[in-house]
Amino acid sequence: MAVKLIIDGQEYEVADGITLMEACEEAAGKEIPRFCYHERLSIAGNCRMCLVEVVGAPKPIASCAQTVNELRKGPKGEPPEIRTDSDLVRKARRGVMEFLLINHPLDCPICDQGGECDLQDQAMAYGFDENRFEENKRAVENKYLGPLVKTIMTRCIHCTRCVRFMTEVAGVEELGAIGRGEDMEITTYLDSGLHSELQGNIIDLCPVGALTSRPYAFQARPWELAKTETIDVMDAVGSNIRVDSRGPRVMRILPRNNDAVNEEWISDKTRFVWDGLAHGRLDRPWVRREGVLQPASWEEALKVVADRLQSVATTRIGAIVGDLAAAEEMFALKGLMAGLRAPHIDCRQDGSRLDPKLGRETYLFNATIEGIERADAILLVGTNPRLEATVLNARIRKRWRMGALPIGLIGAPADLTYPYAHLGTGPATLRELAQGRHDFTETLAKAERPMVIVGEAALTRDDGGSILALAAKLAMQTGMVGAAEGWNGFCVLHGAASRVAGLDLGLTPGDGGLDVAGMIEAARTGELDVLYLLGADEIDTGTLGRATTFVIYQGTHGDRGAEIADVILPGAAYTEKSATWVNTEGRPQMSERAVFPPGEAKEDWAILRALSEAVGRTLPFDTLSELRALLYKEAPHLAALDVVEPAGTSGIETLARIGTDVSDTPLSAYAADYYKTNAIARASRVMDDLSRARLGGAAGAAGGEGIQRGEATGTDG
Amino acid sequence: MSVRRLDPNQPESFAFTPENAAWAETVIARYPEGRARSAVIPLLWRAQEQAGGWLPEAAIRHVADMLGMAPIRALEIATFYTMFQLSPVGEKAHVQVCGTTPCLLRGAEELKAVCKRRIHEHPHRRSTDGAFSWEEVECLGACVNAPMVQIGADTYEDLTPERLEKILDAFARGETPTPGPQVDRQFSAPAGGPTTLTELDYEAMARDYAARAGEAAPSAPEAHAATAGQAVASLAEASAAGAVAAAMADPPAGEDADEPANAGEGAGEGEGERASEDEGTRPVGLAAPRDGKPDDLKKISGIGPKLEGLLNELGIYHYDQIAAWNDENAAWVDNYLAFKGRIEREDWIGQAKTLAAGGETAFSARYEGGEAPAKEEAE
Repeated sequence: MAVKLIIDGQEYEVADGITLMEACEEAAGKEIPRFCYHERLSIAGNCRMCLVEVVGAPKPIASCAQTVNELRKGPKGEPPEIRTDSDLVRKARRGVMEFLLINHPLDCPICDQGGECDLQDQAMAYGFDENRFEENKRAVENKYLGPLVKTIMTRCIHCTRCVRFMTEVAGVEELGAIGRGEDMEITTYLDSGLHSELQGNIIDLCPVGALTSRPYAFQARPWELAKTETIDVMDAVGSNIRVDSRGPRVMRILPRNNDAVNEEWISDKTRFVWDGLAHGRLDRPWVRREGVLQPASWEEALKVVADRLQSVATTRIGAIVGDLAAAEEMFALKGLMAGLRAPHIDCRQDGSRLDPKLGRETYLFNATIEGIERADAILLVGTNPRLEATVLNARIRKRWRMGALPIGLIGAPADLTYPYAHLGTGPATLRELAQGRHDFTETLAKAERPMVIVGEAALTRDDGGSILALAAKLAMQTGMVGAAEGWNGFCVLHGAASRVAGLDLGLTPGDGGLDVAGMIEAARTGELDVLYLLGADEIDTGTLGRATTFVIYQGTHGDRGAEIADVILPGAAYTEKSATWVNTEGRPQMSERAVFPPGEAKEDWAILRALSEAVGRTLPFDTLSELRALLYKEAPHLAALDVVEPAGTSGIETLARIGTDVSDTPLSAYAADYYKTNAIARASRVMDDLSRARLGGAAGAAGGEGIQRGEATGTDG
Repeated sequence: MSVRRLDPNQPESFAFTPENAAWAETVIARYPEGRARSAVIPLLWRAQEQAGGWLPEAAIRHVADMLGMAPIRALEIATFYTMFQLSPVGEKAHVQVCGTTPCLLRGAEELKAVCKRRIHEHPHRRSTDGAFSWEEVECLGACVNAPMVQIGADTYEDLTPERLEKILDAFARGETPTPGPQVDRQFSAPAGGPTTLTELDYEAMARDYAARAGEAAPSAPEAHAATAGQAVASLAEASAAGAVAAAMADPPAGEDADEPANAGEGAGEGEGERASEDEGTRPVGLAAPRDGKPDDLKKISGIGPKLEGLLNELGIYHYDQIAAWNDENAAWVDNYLAFKGRIEREDWIGQAKTLAAGGETAFSARYEGGEAPAKEEAE
């Protein structure tokens, strides 16, 4: 049903139930100023900036809080008339703005929000040029919100967006508004700080400079930053981000809106990892001579590597791909290994038992992230989505808030920000479910769009393949696959940005090839002579370091892999190259270069191309576009950026028929240090602070700025 | 209103007594499953009562835990509502002085001055002995009886600074002074007694009410009569006593009964019906003014147009008539008009003598000059 409206003299038909603000903005294209309203949060209606005139109404109306259905027709049945630009509206908004500015300090020149401040912008449109208020301005003590969010509470205009975000989206009820009226203050309980992996988003939400980024404090002005729209690689969600850089440095990372992926949220790891891009970087090749790593030129380093590769039997060469490798370099590495006829190659650094030969559907998040909102029953198996895919977890919470969503968990219990039924700790429970001997099977079967999410804790076990097969059986029995039109509820949740692209490109051991664990074991026993690590740091480097194997490390940071390497080839981080990433849904997205790699570091595909020439097996491309042309020939779906190609269901059926043999060992809890899951994060001092704060230690210095409790960051408003 | 913060000195822990905990369970049970947090205000209030009139941080946390809500949500509520005290209050009394406009106009500032002098310079701080604390609050809802304070659950109205001091003295001694108006009025009825609807037979109404309510009419009006029947009965009692003010149902409390200052002298002049004729001697009246020209009795301070009419009804038209009144006559008229000595106090006879002699009084001079409108109800 549509509702007829007259907006600024023109008649429109708008959808039923939308607010006046939506009607004015979407149908009529009018801009309505606002502070408290945010389309992804509940409506508060307390800033009064969005006032419009409804003809016949005695007072201006807050357009964010009234729906079009609430308007009455005129005496002769004519449609209700809204004015967004009348004298009344302008006067009302100017009045609201004047009230807002009464207590807002005039410290824009020293405010980090300056240049991207809603209040500043709207004061240009509705502000008075002088102050009629003669009393003193209110002053508010700053609050301690932790090492990420800096507060200058005198600037707060009480929109409560931050409180609503933390309560509704983040699901951590820590932020609140105490006191009342002019004396209302945003704070945590007894200044205890925030404990959410999504808290950085309140910095974006704050329409003024009350909540700003502590690591970014006083670093740059928005207009001096180059903005690059790219993709995040901290997890397998593939959040859309904007990297702001100045010269050679990344200055900050902000989210971009993508309703299908991250909406407009990003996790704190994504947002604050940028200082890790400047620390501990590999900016020139290194070669180990007489047991000591020494600087070398590219020619020397490539020659050392080529000599070694040509001098050993090809079956004694292995390659492991890390978590931050893009599709292009994996494709090049695969080409190089194929050229050498070396069978040992694996992209499953974490050892997950996923087999791409069964089909893409067996390792993708088939329901898609957006599809979570349509699910009506969810089973989590061996996963802690809050830590493995923070933004995706917010989507599950969003679905839970919509109502009536039974959620079951098999694995280690954890605070996921929404309630769930803890069904069991081990795969035995999943077997019960798959055999229909558990109540939750019925819950899933009754649901129209049930889904199962299998996580890393299940997949990386020795019996990971069996657990996946059990999940597939359950999926087939409860109608997750194929029952509802276009619905595939069988979901694998990856933790690494590189994983799906690696599986898509088939970077798994060929005939007689060894997987990651096999290669490390072979290195230990001396059966592997050369091991090529493409950014692989999260492996057992202790064993490798003691082995005689010649290790080549291609990557960005002087981390675990580089430590034990015999040759280091410096590569480019995700902000420094145009590359293709496939997220856990199987959605290819392309990152863009924001800054250049430091020093002599090169783009990864180019390093592999140069190395292939050095070993005499030149890869058949000279440019990135030639590489991509070949890449798209092999994996055509990678060319369709931001599109999830439905993967089919036959693989899941096959998987369901595989015999299973699971052990009764409980599924492990998320064991990794959440803030230090990759080399970039480990190099970041902010992540270091967060990690220590999470582990109970006091937060130290972040980015050179003290963050002691009760610190005064006064503004002389 | 000002910024409200938790007190820096907090007890370590708080837990409901078994009785309060059991009571809390019944309150929580009033709300549907999953809506326990609706009980937060009653529980916080009970916690405040148990903790001695203020809400320690541990109590806020305790209530939040009981209701399964985040502590910050309970803190939001505790800091929003100003009736939740966030710092310790006086052990004997916490004085809430109403500072809203009617009380302000009637002397709330002076009451605050008493509190500042006797208790502490700043609100929400305790006196040195810990016995008292005070704060300014918004309207307490008895503007007719302004100025007023609230101590505990009781209000003390129609206060003067002296009266407040005496009340505080009583609290200091551990007594609880009788709450309510501190002058001779019942509830918010006019000081001195009813001024309207005085012709009604309250006694009969009370009997009637009692009969219909199936209960005996109360023999004596009670303080804080809660029912209409009692209120009517007390009015009937007052009316039956003839002298309204003297028989007020709710005499001012406290140790000195002579305190009530403004004993209602303004009671209606027109109520001749209820005056008795057995006191004094009725002055001799004229059938009509001499030569048809009555004197302007309004030149006598205290007589307005209405009183002039009443006197004319008695056949009094001229100054010399009043000037000729003896004490008996004055007493009769005084009684007739239920004036309680006003004629004597205002010296009508003296004024009339002057005016009859062709002189003028200070009032008549102003009256002639048009400055002083004839005061009908004035004293």
